[in-house]
Amino acid sequence: MNAAFLRLLPLLGPLLLLALWQTAVSAHWANPVLLPSPAATVSSLWGSLADGSMWPDLQATVLRTFYAFVIAACIGVPLGVALGSSPPIYRSVEFLIDFFRSTPSSALIPLFMLLFGLSNLNKIAIAAFAAVLLILFNSAYGVMHARKTRVLAVQVMGVSSWHVFKDVLLLESLPQTFVGLRTGVSMALVIVIVAEMFIGSDNGLGQRIINAQQVLNIKGMYAAILLTGLLGYLLNLLFILVERRFVHWGGK
Amino acid sequence: MNALHSMVRADSADAAGLARKPPASGTHVTMRGLSKSFNGAALYQNLDLDIPRGRIVSVFGPNGCGKSTLINMIAGLLPVDSGEILFDGKSLRDTVIGYVFQNYRDALLPWMSARGNIEYPLRRHGMSAVQVKERVDALIDAFDVRFDLSRHPYEFSGGQQQLVSIMRALAPRPEVLFLDEPFSALDFEMTLFIRDRLQHVQRQENTTTLIVSHDLEDAVFLADRILLLTRRPTRIAAELDFDMPRPRSAESIADPHFIAVKSRALELFREQVAGRQT
Repeated sequence: MNAAFLRLLPLLGPLLLLALWQTAVSAHWANPVLLPSPAATVSSLWGSLADGSMWPDLQATVLRTFYAFVIAACIGVPLGVALGSSPPIYRSVEFLIDFFRSTPSSALIPLFMLLFGLSNLNKIAIAAFAAVLLILFNSAYGVMHARKTRVLAVQVMGVSSWHVFKDVLLLESLPQTFVGLRTGVSMALVIVIVAEMFIGSDNGLGQRIINAQQVLNIKGMYAAILLTGLLGYLLNLLFILVERRFVHWGGK
Repeated sequence: MNALHSMVRADSADAAGLARKPPASGTHVTMRGLSKSFNGAALYQNLDLDIPRGRIVSVFGPNGCGKSTLINMIAGLLPVDSGEILFDGKSLRDTVIGYVFQNYRDALLPWMSARGNIEYPLRRHGMSAVQVKERVDALIDAFDVRFDLSRHPYEFSGGQQQLVSIMRALAPRPEVLFLDEPFSALDFEMTLFIRDRLQHVQRQENTTTLIVSHDLEDAVFLADRILLLTRRPTRIAAELDFDMPRPRSAESIADPHFIAVKSRALELFREQVAGRQT
């Protein structure tokens, strides 16, 4: 196999999926009302981006995800690092963290509606809640599983425990913290979309998807779904790039 | 002092009575009445040990006898059950030590450059930037380092990383340097190089040095004294003094003096492994 072919290999999966999708439409496997062709979907997406009608929804979703993520990171990282550096305290709240981490946050939407009403704040709050647990757990885990030799190596120099924490534990936890941030932002996006769909909303990609479905604007629905997928993928990619830059020693 | 003799000292554990034994002259580290057990099984019981100042002491013994445990207790990495360890009469808290781990990969800080690693203990002890630079440059000279220390540890070979670890441990001019199987993961060429530079710097700075080794040749090569341990419950089987002149080179291992001491150590080791000679 030559190098050019190997480089194109990652495109193979998406192309196969597109081919399958097109075949399903051409061969009438699915009701054409329920499944538009890939070309029709992409052109609908392109159209709504070009005429500007998609932008306010995209912007609303991105902003909500961003706020939720920033709130979650500002609480989750320091709290996680603090809990992780004190295993007894972590153990005392471990059940709570694991319990709520395992509870689908979307199940808490009605509760958050009671607490925050139908506001924009509600959607941000619940997404932040879902993300904060992931971030907190990963940061705590990163500190607790810092390499023992590295900690001992610095302790043996006679430096203060504050410096052991600042110079070693904090940096040792960074690779795991980035895992938390990356999964946290994905989770925030998921919950923002769900909240936009099921809590009354004037804008956002989730609201656009559910509205398109209600009026059987199937092409528009697929276009918005495609865009949320693209958004999630790009967020993930962005975090991987940032991580590689900041945690250059990760996995080495 | 080229005499082909080695001295076997009496088993000091037997001599430990109720009264504390005074340290031998020229002693730097004194250990008295040290006991340590793991899960109820005694590893050390009432152990006395004197480590001479400015000398290299190799710790050698059967597998699982607690060689590393011994130096880790002296270095404060492991708590003792009872007993006292003093450095010139001071406690560990008031003593600067250096420690080199077997696992150099986990011991260095990968987010700093190699030079940053060596500078780290100096900066944390509040040394000025000028002094730090002076000290690190002196170490680079002494160890004859030819690779670029501005790179990160993970960019180096294992031997280079261990060399950086040793330089970091020596940077703050420790009173006592501990090395836990420092060469066991290195190739032969790098071991020769580091052994050569290490004895050079050790003589220059007169650092009391404790090395754990599972390789007898390694243990004898660097040592002024070889501490032979028994199987557990561990006692000191013998302390062999080895006064072969320095610098010792790769050819030294073929020297009759070297071979004589190594054979004597091997003989004592075999006695300990074969059965308890009480």
